[in-house]
Amino acid sequence: MSNEHAPLLEIRNIKKAFFGNQVLTDINFKLEEGQVLGFCGENGAGKSTLMKILFGMDVIRETGGYEGDILINGEKVTFNSPFDAIAAGIGMVHQEFSLIPGFTAAENILLNREPQKKSVISEVFGERLNTLDRKEIGVRADNAIDRMGVKIDSRMVINDMPVGHKQFTEIARELSKDQLKLLILDEPTAVLTEKEAEALLDSIRGMASRGIAVIFITHRLHEILSVCDNVVVMRDGFVVKDVPAKDTNIEEITRWMVGRSVNNEAPEQKDQDKSAPQETIMKIEKLWVDMPGETVRNVNLEVKKGEILGIGGLAGQGKLGIPNGVMGLYEAGGKVTFDGKEIPLNSPRKCLDASLAFVSEDRRGVGLLLDESLEWNIAFPAMQIQNKFLKNYLGGLIKWRDEKAIHEVTQKYIDELQIRCTSSRQSAKELSGGNQQKVCLAKAFALEPKFLFVSEPTRGIDVGAKALVLNALKKFNRESGVTVVMISSELEELRQICDRIAIVSGGKIAGILPASSPSEDFGMLMVSSVK
Amino acid sequence: MEETKTLTLKDRIRGFIDSFGVPRLIIAAFLLALFILAPFVGADLPTQISNTINRFCWNGILVLAMVPMVHSGCGLNFGLPLGIISGLLGATLSIELGFTGAISFFAAIVIATPFALILGSVYGWLLNKIKGGEMMIATYVGFSSVSFMCMMWLLLPYHSPNMVWGLSGKGLRTTISLEGYYSQVLSNFLKIQIGNFSIPTGALLFFALMAFGIWAFLHTKTGTAMTAVGSNPAFARAAGINVDKIRMLSVVMSTWLGAVGILAYEQGFGFIQLYMAPFYMALPAVSAILIGGASVNKATITNVIIGTILFQGIVTMTPTVMNNVIHMDMSEVIRIIVSQGMILYALTRKSEGSKG
Repeated sequence: MSNEHAPLLEIRNIKKAFFGNQVLTDINFKLEEGQVLGFCGENGAGKSTLMKILFGMDVIRETGGYEGDILINGEKVTFNSPFDAIAAGIGMVHQEFSLIPGFTAAENILLNREPQKKSVISEVFGERLNTLDRKEIGVRADNAIDRMGVKIDSRMVINDMPVGHKQFTEIARELSKDQLKLLILDEPTAVLTEKEAEALLDSIRGMASRGIAVIFITHRLHEILSVCDNVVVMRDGFVVKDVPAKDTNIEEITRWMVGRSVNNEAPEQKDQDKSAPQETIMKIEKLWVDMPGETVRNVNLEVKKGEILGIGGLAGQGKLGIPNGVMGLYEAGGKVTFDGKEIPLNSPRKCLDASLAFVSEDRRGVGLLLDESLEWNIAFPAMQIQNKFLKNYLGGLIKWRDEKAIHEVTQKYIDELQIRCTSSRQSAKELSGGNQQKVCLAKAFALEPKFLFVSEPTRGIDVGAKALVLNALKKFNRESGVTVVMISSELEELRQICDRIAIVSGGKIAGILPASSPSEDFGMLMVSSVK
Repeated sequence: MEETKTLTLKDRIRGFIDSFGVPRLIIAAFLLALFILAPFVGADLPTQISNTINRFCWNGILVLAMVPMVHSGCGLNFGLPLGIISGLLGATLSIELGFTGAISFFAAIVIATPFALILGSVYGWLLNKIKGGEMMIATYVGFSSVSFMCMMWLLLPYHSPNMVWGLSGKGLRTTISLEGYYSQVLSNFLKIQIGNFSIPTGALLFFALMAFGIWAFLHTKTGTAMTAVGSNPAFARAAGINVDKIRMLSVVMSTWLGAVGILAYEQGFGFIQLYMAPFYMALPAVSAILIGGASVNKATITNVIIGTILFQGIVTMTPTVMNNVIHMDMSEVIRIIVSQGMILYALTRKSEGSKG
């Protein structure tokens, strides 16, 4: 009896934990045929994990599977691989393109599902030697493209296409599958121009009217309002709201996205009153940074002496580009003044000489010498830049490594930061993520800088290590009077330890607020210039 | 209790084999077998051991020349012929300028140094342009420089009658005797001779001096930076190191060591070999350091010493022992199999080295 009214897709009590870390809790929602469901939430709210579960990705199974049920047309299904999901009529368009650049759109759309022609040879040697029916490929591809309601030349090679057309080609590939019932679009408009995005929204409406259900994930909230029937807002692994799109507005959604129970989790009161005007230690003017995926366009920012300044914002908006640009790791331009002196850009050495230090977000790539001992990792920058841990012979001509001093300083930080290791000579790659992060901090602390950039210090580490890292930073700031600029995707974490928080959006500073401001305000800034 | 003990022993053996490397184990066992076999097939063991030590002294510094570039992440120095050419220029010019005896050896080093610095800098500049493909480019740099010098040896205006072709009076001979110049000057210094057994103390000391120099360098600030550049260039850059400059320094050092290495080789061998001779000098040095347990991005002085002993030991022992056993000259074949095989083995394991 239920089959008649069973929704196309129903998610019941989905739970998922990664290594004891609960990322999804009791997710429930329903999706009818021809409905468009908008999905939004901050980075790390659990959207992509949920989609991975829905699409049967290997990661999920490898990390212990999930709890709860997925029902399609009222029947419980289990997907062991994306192939199962595809067979059940689910299509997914990922954020990154998965197209073959040298093939035409049509070839990409029907890849591995090409209509074939038999020939004498294939009659003899089996169907693997069938030839491709190119005419039919073209026809079917054109059909799929037509269903989106856009104009793309199916004979064009992917290489020559503008980004928008590539995105449409991906969608057309999903649409060309006859069994397609549900299409998941993961931030499809992120790379599109406004006009292309509009066309895409149109085609989503078109698909919906043909009875295909669409799950649409995006950070651009106005798109959700314009195209979706229902909006699901996720936060910290919970579905916080599931409402019809027509009953809500951008402000409300933003509040749901970031607004944790604002009242009971107000950030702790900062001890000293910071009302007294403070001197500016670093002034950034007209900074641009060419960092792939995190382009900074025009940042003007003043950092006060002795504060902890947070920089937040959505992924890809340029918050990571700021420290990387100032520290000279990526091509940058503009003017940075530190302590009254201008700091030349594109020269890591000059920054370090000026007592700046940087803990990179790319722990394994930039932050650590994976093959070397902890001693080397922690002592190396201080040794090279400040000639610490060296013994001088022949009047400074020979600078000999002082193994004893290196051992002592490493031991000191191992104790102070509770780095879990077998000895200070263990190689850095053998440590866990959290402990590696502590080593990165120790490396920066050993430089005894006046100013510290910390980029995504808690990314990918467990809760215990997270607290320790944040406390260490706070202690470093309070006790040594070091100015800290912390960049993080997690607003809540910034609000815990920062004095002020700057939100970056579209490569610019959208605004700076005291950490105690309500989180809706931050949310509004985050999406302010996302178009 | 008993159980766990045997288990740990087994694990330890396994760990030992893993860290030591199967090929190295086989080669070491093979060499040991050769030494044990030698007296039975009528080879004189003391002479053989002396020969091995001698050859170790000839080749040690050439193998040592690999270390700086491996440390800075430039890979194995297949461009060693470039350093050798600098050394050859130093050797021939030293003779041309009329130095004799022990002085001519040190004069050769002094004269070779500016050539090594210039060629090394150019080579380093080139390697900085093609990060990631160093070893392939290095091979061709070595080959092409050898070919270029083949012309130069004929054209350069050398006049010393000891070196030029007798009939035409110009162009250098392929092989030049060092009798009266620096043949055996190091080896005969404080030489210890007991019957057939001899130790070339001076040559050993010279190698030790060079090896100590490199070991000490790697313990200095700049040496530490060099290792870090090889281990993770991005890390080094973020720590304010000028990566290109350090790499350049390592290449120059490798080239200079190559120059000194060939001079030490010549003093033991007694001849200068020109033209195509440098062509084949890089591969034995490369395989020696690999047999010693170095990888494409990690090498120590111990690797150099062990590797040179094993490799040169096999080269010395196989002709005498194997020929007596099977009455056929197998030494060259085995040498080639070992050296090329070792390089192949090391290159296939490159990715396991680091950068996970």
